[in-house]
Amino acid sequence: MSTTIDRQWTTRLRRRLVEQLPPDKALPDTQPSYVSSWIYVFGIVTLSALVMVILTGFVLAIRGPQWWHQSAIGHYVNSLHLWSVEIFFFAMVIHLWGKFFMAAWRGHRSLTWVTGAVTFATSIATAFTGYVSQTNFDSQWISTQAKDGINATGAGAFFNVLNTGQMLMWHIVLLPLAAVVLTAVHVVMVRRKGVVPPFEEVTK
Amino acid sequence: MSRKSFNPDCDVREWTGAQRPYDILKEGAIALLVVALLTAGLALVFGSPDEKQVTIQQWSSADPVDFAATAYSELAGTSGIAGYGAPYNNASDGQFLGVTHLYLAKMVGVHIPIDPARTFVLQPLGTLPDAPTLRFALSTWKNASETQRGAWLDEYAKASLSFSHGHLTAAPLSLSNPVNELIASETAMARSGALDSTMGTGGGLYTTDYTNVLLFIADGGWFATLADHQHLLGDQWGMMNETGSYPGQAWLWLYTFWYQIHPFSTSGNADVDAWGIMMLLTAGLILVPYIPGLRSIPRRTKLYRVIWRDHYAGRV
Repeated sequence: MSTTIDRQWTTRLRRRLVEQLPPDKALPDTQPSYVSSWIYVFGIVTLSALVMVILTGFVLAIRGPQWWHQSAIGHYVNSLHLWSVEIFFFAMVIHLWGKFFMAAWRGHRSLTWVTGAVTFATSIATAFTGYVSQTNFDSQWISTQAKDGINATGAGAFFNVLNTGQMLMWHIVLLPLAAVVLTAVHVVMVRRKGVVPPFEEVTK
Repeated sequence: MSRKSFNPDCDVREWTGAQRPYDILKEGAIALLVVALLTAGLALVFGSPDEKQVTIQQWSSADPVDFAATAYSELAGTSGIAGYGAPYNNASDGQFLGVTHLYLAKMVGVHIPIDPARTFVLQPLGTLPDAPTLRFALSTWKNASETQRGAWLDEYAKASLSFSHGHLTAAPLSLSNPVNELIASETAMARSGALDSTMGTGGGLYTTDYTNVLLFIADGGWFATLADHQHLLGDQWGMMNETGSYPGQAWLWLYTFWYQIHPFSTSGNADVDAWGIMMLLTAGLILVPYIPGLRSIPRRTKLYRVIWRDHYAGRV
């Protein structure tokens, strides 16, 4: 017979969370012996680069969009932001291809793949809105070129790449939020299901 | 009751073999430190590009004839934006998607209305104070018929433009033709810097929308010349690049690739076709686990043997 405490929303949510992601899966201290390749490093490198992207983005946000044009420190922080983005994509692409050739969706891991691929697409949109929010020649040229493709799909009516304020909002609020939430869901799925085992091969 | 058969591209027998120690927090901390150091080093050595923005003022000073020709094309309705279509106007049907003949932009409609003559020329000029000659020219233009305007524009187009001492002159022109006054005033306004601020969308002190300014600058030839020098044109892999020798948005290579090859390189529908292809490919990437054939590639290519070589060699 369930008690009042058992029926509480909080109790039920906690139990569900622990069921779905028990502590030994959330923070494992062992892993299967087949996890032995440099390719596995690129997931955590992607995550680390994302942390750097967000931290440097925070600093740029604190001082505002014009700061990096006017200050040597600001320019350096912008350079950190740029290179962490480059590392992020470099690591993410290798991670993605690595997971593809492992067929990492096997064993009810399809949604882990799907969230990862959607995160990749979201990250491209996030980076793009950053490039058109730079308020320099690059942003002027990239936005005036990119408008034709986006306009041709009909999306330009609502997603105006020439509207710097709109792009900056997408870049620093909406898309990073989506990317971080998707990344969190992806990581939780990886931890829940564990790393996909190798293909079974018949020994000759 | 039949059990679903084992599909090696979808199913897996979960691992019950050996485990080895794994400190996930230590791994994360080391990765973060290495990435932070690498980022700091790359930023220190290579920095980041910051080619200064260009303004209408710079354009009108650096290439006044190109500026005047662009202002003229806006007034005459022959500029790129004048014939663009949605989301700016209904001047054309725009591009259609592949074999579908769906004019997507036209279907969505005009949401950022722009009348080039009014937005880029007449409206900004109307904000200039104490200019009786210009007022008269604006009034003459406004009250004229389309036929009369066309005749004035033709006469101006046949005149020769000269630029000296900061003043643009077209000659010869009939005395009643207001086009010379409009273009000369627009040029003077641009050279003073007033056109940059007046054209910001929304008006007033605050604006964060530079749609009009950017569309106007992009309608001219000077802007593309600058981009050409920075290897940024569409046939130079365009917007995935940045100024200087930086990697830019290298991840957009596949999108930009379509613009470099036939039939897209010469197609009037290249933009919407490139987007259509990329949307299909992105959907394919996201849905790989559910697409027979595609999801078999890893098993068939056997590249996984490189990744798990220790496992297959029995070393772990």
